[in-house]
Amino acid sequence: MEWKHKHLLTIEQLSKEDIEYILETAVSFKEISVRSVKKVPTLRGKTIVNFFCEPSTRTRMSFELAAKRLSADMLNVVSSSSSLSKGESLKDTARNIEAMKVDMIIIRHSMPGSAQLLADCVSCSVINAGDGPHEHPTQGLLDAYTIKEKKGRIQGLKVLIVGDIAHSRVARSNIWTLKKLGADVTVVGPSTLIPAEIEKMGVNVSYYLDEEIPKADVINILRIQRERQDRNFFPTLREYIQLFGVSEARLKNAKKDLLIMHPGPANRGVEIDPAVADGPYSVILDQVTNGIAVRMAVLYLVSSVGSSKKVKMKS
Amino acid sequence: MTCLIKNVTVVDPKNKIHGTMDVLVKDGKIADVKKGLQTDGDVVEGKGRVLVPGLVDMHVHLREPGCEGAETIDSGCRAAAKGGFTGVACMPNTTPPIDSAGTVRYILEKAKSSACRVFPVGTISKERAGKELAPFGELIENGVYGFTDDGSGVMDSGLMRRALEYSKMFNKALMPHEEDELLSAHGAMHEGGVSTRLGIPGIPRAAEECMMERDIRLVKCFGGRLHITHVSTKGGVEIIRQAKAEGLPVTGESAPHYWTLFDKDVNFNTNFKMYPPLRTPEDGEAIIEGLKDGTLDAIVTDHAPHAEANKDVEYNVAAFGIIGLETSLGLVLTTLYHKKILDLEAIIERMSYGPCRILGVENQGIAKGADAHLTLIDLEKEWIVKKEEIVSKSKNSPFIGWSLKGQVVGTMVNGIWTYQINDD
Amino acid sequence: MKQINGLDKKGIQRLLVRMAHEIVEQNEDVDNLAIIGIQTGGAHLATRMIGVLKDITGKELPLGILDISLYRDDFAELGEGHPQLKATDIPFDVGGKDIILVDDVLFTGRTIRAALDAIVDFGRPKVIQLAVLVDRGHREFPIKADFVGKNIPTSLQQEIYVRLKEEADDGVFLIEK
Repeated sequence: MEWKHKHLLTIEQLSKEDIEYILETAVSFKEISVRSVKKVPTLRGKTIVNFFCEPSTRTRMSFELAAKRLSADMLNVVSSSSSLSKGESLKDTARNIEAMKVDMIIIRHSMPGSAQLLADCVSCSVINAGDGPHEHPTQGLLDAYTIKEKKGRIQGLKVLIVGDIAHSRVARSNIWTLKKLGADVTVVGPSTLIPAEIEKMGVNVSYYLDEEIPKADVINILRIQRERQDRNFFPTLREYIQLFGVSEARLKNAKKDLLIMHPGPANRGVEIDPAVADGPYSVILDQVTNGIAVRMAVLYLVSSVGSSKKVKMKS
Repeated sequence: MTCLIKNVTVVDPKNKIHGTMDVLVKDGKIADVKKGLQTDGDVVEGKGRVLVPGLVDMHVHLREPGCEGAETIDSGCRAAAKGGFTGVACMPNTTPPIDSAGTVRYILEKAKSSACRVFPVGTISKERAGKELAPFGELIENGVYGFTDDGSGVMDSGLMRRALEYSKMFNKALMPHEEDELLSAHGAMHEGGVSTRLGIPGIPRAAEECMMERDIRLVKCFGGRLHITHVSTKGGVEIIRQAKAEGLPVTGESAPHYWTLFDKDVNFNTNFKMYPPLRTPEDGEAIIEGLKDGTLDAIVTDHAPHAEANKDVEYNVAAFGIIGLETSLGLVLTTLYHKKILDLEAIIERMSYGPCRILGVENQGIAKGADAHLTLIDLEKEWIVKKEEIVSKSKNSPFIGWSLKGQVVGTMVNGIWTYQINDD
Repeated sequence: MKQINGLDKKGIQRLLVRMAHEIVEQNEDVDNLAIIGIQTGGAHLATRMIGVLKDITGKELPLGILDISLYRDDFAELGEGHPQLKATDIPFDVGGKDIILVDDVLFTGRTIRAALDAIVDFGRPKVIQLAVLVDRGHREFPIKADFVGKNIPTSLQQEIYVRLKEEADDGVFLIEK
């Protein structure tokens, strides 16, 4: 297997083999985080910029730890302190960052396609850490890693993705990853938050959570944003909880080895009951742990392609 | 000034000509049309070429006044002439908008020295704000050819009713931009499987179809003449077909990108972003059908130049619109004429007589005594759309790199060549 | 590719047994010994070494497996492609231990340099000793093996290939490039 991607922009662009290779590579990285010295020298001398134009704690920390455990130098650029708020365009900012000779930019941005836009205008590697509702590839990968770790396989599993599918990059990256690995994916949510023609992505659609739960091997619960209520996607949070909130009572007919996942940060008591989030089915914290290993694998693989230019210039 | 175009294939459905002859132009008029003409003046060899009544694009944004960085009346008209157009109707979403006599006069003054005729279209509402009626009488007196708030839908149904009623006194068409902005809110491309995949907020077909149905109902109840701009959906074509079947004074237009490009082509490329958005191949087929059966009266470009700074940004925040003047005829010939979907007569109808009729511009075609507005075409010439050859000040074309068959070789306005291709 | 005289399955086993005796001879505190094999050849040899040492001492020593890919000093120059990672599994605390590091071929010494860095990241061993099946010379770092199965002088145009039964029939081969 040869890794050929200079950037990681979407899961859609990856083959099944690419995805499996990342997951295999991540296995080797997981062990590093439990050593007393949680660091290997692999990316020593590489500079990686965490360019976050949208609030994020978990993903930013996870990438930062991944980079640091590989000995890369990591710089955080956060939108509120960056010049984006001064009207400088994304491209300008990116070109300025690049002019400081960085090896990789990890970007989180509210606009779909922004990671692609960046990759088209800079010569360093670009990793998409979430571009609007489009994709969040490392989340899709770490969710698949966690499922595979717990279940031993992904092929043939029945996975529910529950909640605001329309605005969710996590949903899209999960759908691509899981479909490519052979899972049976059903999206569940209010009909207003199921986007047009999503069946074309190869998923089933259901509006009835209770009918789906007993068949599920995995339930991935998406964060519901309260702002959606203001635009009439659902009338009240109370009604949302009644129809789609995942509670202990709802799980009474669930399979015994069900996995409950959530990309975080969870609205406890809204889309997920605290008893479920902390309950026996929950692998939410495993997702967080695995996130670092998966991101280390991604940084490792992507930088192996990104460095090729320099070598060619030398010779 | 005299010019003789010799041995050219003249095609003009109005004057029922389709054959090789000579056309003599003298002092801005067509002096004669027959075989074996002689002149002491200039001679243009027309052998192997087709001469048609001057094309008119009734939906163009010239951006002046206000946005001269993207286009000016001069540059837009030169682009139009290169595209074979002898006249363009310019939309009023300028700064200031065309809602007063002063702005109309400013445009017409600038247009006097330009490469094609300019037919200004006034706003429906003052300041194009959708609240109060614009002074139609004053605008017509100064030279507008219709009314639209193009760029924005008229969300106020009461205002639209009054506009239609008021326009009856002047016999000018209302040419609204059909968009229910509450349905299209935040949208940046066609709502469907592709927008879902890309995570780009969608613009449903209903955003334009609901407004079309409202406006047609208003015409039915309150009168007025309605021209429906830039139809992009199968449903839209059907709505106009129904209205025409009922005998209502409703016409429609569409643009080449709506049957040559589709939502699947978008892929975050901002040169594929416009309103209405690129739809699906099924919609494209319905539009072609509408052009064939006459449901759609005009082929336009909705030429919408934008400075690079407004396009070279994230897709969702990029400006809506693409340029089209220089590729329109090439696309029509390549995708409709050479594929035997429309004959030249039908194309001339949709690109010359139809638009003139809707705007109320006299067009006598290629006849003795008529004003000499002519387009000379090489139907078989194959060419590639190149960015560096674009005359428009803006280069936001999704067709760059396309190979087209059929090219304009000359454009004559009032007896003067405003564009001629180099023959080497 | 030609097999080195005497280094077939039996020959390799003989070298291992001899090295095991030397290890026991030089390390009185057998209980404090642990074996770490470098992926992949060294890991196979280390597994066998554990067996041989058990036969000699009656004790099952702890076994660790180490992949040094992440510690390579040529990562930045690899360009397209990169080492495919294999498992690292050191299931005991290396702190205070007498570590026997096992590899198949000792050449430039760069692999051993990387392995030493890696082991130190797991803790602070009391001693690290190096055992290799073949020493082919051409050191680029000041590294020397404590236990050598066989010295095989080579030219830089040659390669040494140690095939162990985990892959196919055992043997040590000389390859002319």
